[in-house]
Amino acid sequence: MLGKLSWNAIPWDQPIPLIAGSVMILVALAVVAWIVVKGHLPYLWHEWITSVDHKRIGVMYVVLGLVMLLRGFIDAVMMRSQQAFAFRAAGYLPPEHYDQVFSAHGTIMIFFAAMPLMIGLMNFAVPLQLGVRDVAFPTLNSTSFWLTATGALLVNLSLVIGEFARTGWLPYPPLSELRYSPGVGVDYYLWALQISGVGTLMTGINFVTTILKIRAPGMSYLRMPMFCWTALAANLLIVAAFPVLTATLGMLILDRYLGFHFFTNSAGGNMMMFINLIWAWGHPEVYILVLPAFGIFSEVISTFSGKPLFGYRSMVAATMFICLVSFMVWLHHFFTMGAGGDVNAVFGIATSIIAVGTGVKIYNWMFTMYGGRIRFTTPMLWSVGFIVTFVIGGMTGVLLAVPPADFQLHNSLFLVAHFHNVIIGGVVFGTFAGLTYWFPKAFGFRLHEGWGKAVFWLSLAGFYITFIPLYAAGLLGMTRRLQHYDLALWRPWVLAAGVGILVYCGALACQLIQLVVSIRRREILRDLTGDPWNGRSLEWSTASPPPPFNYAVLPDVRGEEPYWQIKRRAIETQQLSAEPDYQPIEMPRNSPTGFITAFFCTVTGFALIWHIWWMVGLGLVGAYAVFVWFAWRDREEYVIPAAEVASVDRARRRARAEWLAQDAREEWLAAHPQPGGSA
Amino acid sequence: MVKSVADARAGPRCRGPQRAPGAATIAVFATLALTGCSGGVLQPGGPIGAADSKMLLDAVGIMSAIVVPTIVAAIIFAWWFRASNARARYRPDFVYSGRLEIIVWSIPILVIMFLGGVIWIGSHELDPYTPIASHTKPTEVQVVALDWKWLFIYPAQRIASVNELVVPSGVPVHFTLTSATVMNSFFVPQLGSMIAAMNGMVTQLYLEADHPGDYYGESAQYSGDGFSGMHFTLRAVSQNAFAQWIAAAKQSGPVLDRNGYFDLLRETQNVRPFTYRSADPTLFEAVATRQLPPGPGPYAGNAGANVRSIGGR
Amino acid sequence: MSATEALRQEHRHAVDPYKLGHGHPYGGGGRDYATGRGEGGPASKRVIVGYGFWIFLLSDIVLFSCLFAAHAVLQTATAGGPTGPQLFNPTSIAIETACLLASSFTCGLSAVAAGARNQLWTQVLLLITGILGLSFLLLEARDFAAMVAAGAGPQRSAFWSSFFAVVGCHGAHVTVGLLWLGTMMAQVFFKGFRPNIMRRLLCFNLFWHVLDIIWVALFTIVYLIGEGR
Repeated sequence: MLGKLSWNAIPWDQPIPLIAGSVMILVALAVVAWIVVKGHLPYLWHEWITSVDHKRIGVMYVVLGLVMLLRGFIDAVMMRSQQAFAFRAAGYLPPEHYDQVFSAHGTIMIFFAAMPLMIGLMNFAVPLQLGVRDVAFPTLNSTSFWLTATGALLVNLSLVIGEFARTGWLPYPPLSELRYSPGVGVDYYLWALQISGVGTLMTGINFVTTILKIRAPGMSYLRMPMFCWTALAANLLIVAAFPVLTATLGMLILDRYLGFHFFTNSAGGNMMMFINLIWAWGHPEVYILVLPAFGIFSEVISTFSGKPLFGYRSMVAATMFICLVSFMVWLHHFFTMGAGGDVNAVFGIATSIIAVGTGVKIYNWMFTMYGGRIRFTTPMLWSVGFIVTFVIGGMTGVLLAVPPADFQLHNSLFLVAHFHNVIIGGVVFGTFAGLTYWFPKAFGFRLHEGWGKAVFWLSLAGFYITFIPLYAAGLLGMTRRLQHYDLALWRPWVLAAGVGILVYCGALACQLIQLVVSIRRREILRDLTGDPWNGRSLEWSTASPPPPFNYAVLPDVRGEEPYWQIKRRAIETQQLSAEPDYQPIEMPRNSPTGFITAFFCTVTGFALIWHIWWMVGLGLVGAYAVFVWFAWRDREEYVIPAAEVASVDRARRRARAEWLAQDAREEWLAAHPQPGGSA
Repeated sequence: MVKSVADARAGPRCRGPQRAPGAATIAVFATLALTGCSGGVLQPGGPIGAADSKMLLDAVGIMSAIVVPTIVAAIIFAWWFRASNARARYRPDFVYSGRLEIIVWSIPILVIMFLGGVIWIGSHELDPYTPIASHTKPTEVQVVALDWKWLFIYPAQRIASVNELVVPSGVPVHFTLTSATVMNSFFVPQLGSMIAAMNGMVTQLYLEADHPGDYYGESAQYSGDGFSGMHFTLRAVSQNAFAQWIAAAKQSGPVLDRNGYFDLLRETQNVRPFTYRSADPTLFEAVATRQLPPGPGPYAGNAGANVRSIGGR
Repeated sequence: MSATEALRQEHRHAVDPYKLGHGHPYGGGGRDYATGRGEGGPASKRVIVGYGFWIFLLSDIVLFSCLFAAHAVLQTATAGGPTGPQLFNPTSIAIETACLLASSFTCGLSAVAAGARNQLWTQVLLLITGILGLSFLLLEARDFAAMVAAGAGPQRSAFWSSFFAVVGCHGAHVTVGLLWLGTMMAQVFFKGFRPNIMRRLLCFNLFWHVLDIIWVALFTIVYLIGEGR
């Protein structure tokens, strides 16, 4: 009746998951209870859950990403502490539990923390930067988000009902086949990723279409902000790479569920094919993660240096070059599988070639800073930290691209340190730079600078203290994923890394404090004009937060950095441009489609994992029914009357006029000294 | 977790040929001296390890020539052009320079071309399947990765050993590897390259230990719950000592025939090293071609305490 | 530029000297001259929907490419069991191909009928498309059953796993397509030829034709090339 599900699925006899799961459930229930009791549910339902507004969806993605970043970080603390304790000892995590922890850590960090964070920032900023009202397919966007949330939910459910995969974050066969992983762990992993993978693919389609087909009038390709170019490249990669993941995991599902023999130990199965296919996805995936971060740094560095980005066309070329070549390097993830000298060499050289694109970008950022007037706000600190850290990580990557070096360092802690170096240095630093940079635009007030700087410095220190020792341990021969170890040689480095993670915990504490303090002091930190950083791109011309329609009239773009031009002109002439002719605006209606579809997908996924076949049928029928019901609606849009558009926009213009009259006036006066010396 | 007195000691001692390092290598080595004297990839004990680590250090040298000035320049630019520095010239129109573009693209391209040459040569010379040039015929060892121990079969001497690999020093050893279950990776950090061991397939590796000594060996590919206990000791001994060890092994211990092998197939962790007094020389072939079935996977009570697969058998 | 364009520019300058906008409102209206390339502003809904759906189809082709690649790798992995040529039924495959190609033709005709806003012919042709598609599926199912009965099911060997996966994936797409077809027929019947319905018909047509193209590739790689071994 309930397939493989029984009361034994709950880990009554394992205290750690039991307690962790209970805490998780209690916190979730408390939050829900607070929302319901305080009467926030209707607001939440109408304004957020059913929203198809890219800004709201972006915020929800970021919230999901941050929560999962926290969960992944806790997994990391458990891993580091277990290794710190387990020198010639058992530690506190038995192997079957430790194996789930590191598998969950990788899976969560890549799929449910880094991806949602980057996609969330792209969701929020790209339409604003393009000068348009929303993405190409708003309801699809909402569905993408909720499907990603479904995947995250399933992974977290595995903590309380059943177990998670014990195969590492990429489930190599034959270990991941039924014979060696008979439990539900790998199934949780597979269905969580398949479902959220559909969501991600839909995001890719959405953003490629938006960036290529929906831009403000006059915004040709070479007038797009750099963040939009990197978003384009990342989403092209999503469209091309995620089907590979779907196909490969699909083959593993067929093996596990229907007894197929794609990767099994018998009947002709080929485990090496899995490794090739999964890394043909896996390598583009890391570029999907890091390219938007590169775009964020381009925006931040140029804004806080007070200069346009250096070598814009070169940056575009480098970005698209990286996009293309990322598909040609996948074998460097398994040089040690014995492909032979020729094959290894070709892929090693291709991997080094891709470093050229990144090198060019680094130099362009440096020359953006050169000749600038750099303000070291928190986002700028993250950017400079990124340049230093990412270059080191890139270097170790090129080292690993040399096959004979890789023959000794593959799967060691050196490798682990390398990819954390680039992912933390690139993606995580980029996330925090982007969050701090766009937070005032999203919420109308800035984050507290002092605590933000504390988060940065502690994160920087935490990163280096954790991972430099791991480089050393890797060079000393320590392999990854060890639950315990016996070599005294490695001990000092493992302990040092344990100290590093504690420093990182300090950073986490500062981040939480920063959020609380910023919310409490939001009136002091209020962004009154919508342009707190003296920005250069179009999103800074809107109010903070922008109205649902973003722009009362779509901006007419005449060059690169259109907002900067408008601002300079306004300051020069000491007046705003003429009030535009306000028209009514059609906006897409909110819809619960995404949420309900995701609900049915959760049901289907859970049922597939536990082999509850009747529930699978129910879930699929439900999802299809939602699709038909959505397709049947008569009204897809609603109209905002011109009067409302006018009143919202006039408020924005008043704020700008005030700024012009006070702050900008001083700057203008400094540039145009008046005879007689009066203002 | 300590299996024997030998393992309880601190691990591999400082061994290996001291080659004359180049200038770049010295500079980098000095920096990396943090890693300490004993053990690891930078203290190779044999020619393969030495060549691998030389390639690594050469690559570090080549890359550092670019990376260090870049990082320094980035920090200098950021510091000098801070807003509070009145002496720095503000050049908001410095957004393009053809000359700089050429330099900025050429530097990485040139470095990569150089590195590409190193990669091409190194990948061929140091491919694990490439034999080591030597006067002596290599010692043959057949390796079978199991859950969760290593089986070493000496086909010429018709004995076998579990979790302890004894080889003569100064002589190349030719490994042929397979796995009885899931993917593993045979790795002795101080002696050189690792190679994957996969079920139904045979891979090869050549290693050599220059001098007698104990070297730490492990699996470098996660293979399940008992993975952490899947390390072994490679003991390089003189040719005489090797012959003596073979002779001693033939005196006692179980027999590795098909039945003995099925015993080994059961999942066990943290297995203490032992030897077989006689080994069926056709066993490796049978495992590699799947005439003998692969390992059965987890079942309750057999893979350590508290093991269960929720929702499984 | 044309006289109209020149007038427009002049007018714009007078009212909006800093050119802050009089851009095209998002979405509704569908100004076809705005293709989204640079100068014109956001493209029309029809262009956006069609473009996005093409991107989806490209991603689906990548999916099929992986399955083709897997099949190519596993061509000889028959584990001592039956091989493909032994059990492929050329007649059946030929009829299936004919059904699918014919269904693409009738689908195209239904698009013409929809363009002419002819409810009857649109429904009839969509129905025929569906029947041909269903015939394809039934023949394929019969083939599969025969192979399983002959001991060449997907569990027999890696070759058969990859065969069933790639052909089955195509069949699954056809099945979903038929479901979609039924839904579209109902929508056209109840709602007529509204712009959004027409856009969906466009997407359905693209989908159905691409399935045909995939079948041609599949036919070539799996049956013809496979037959040659």
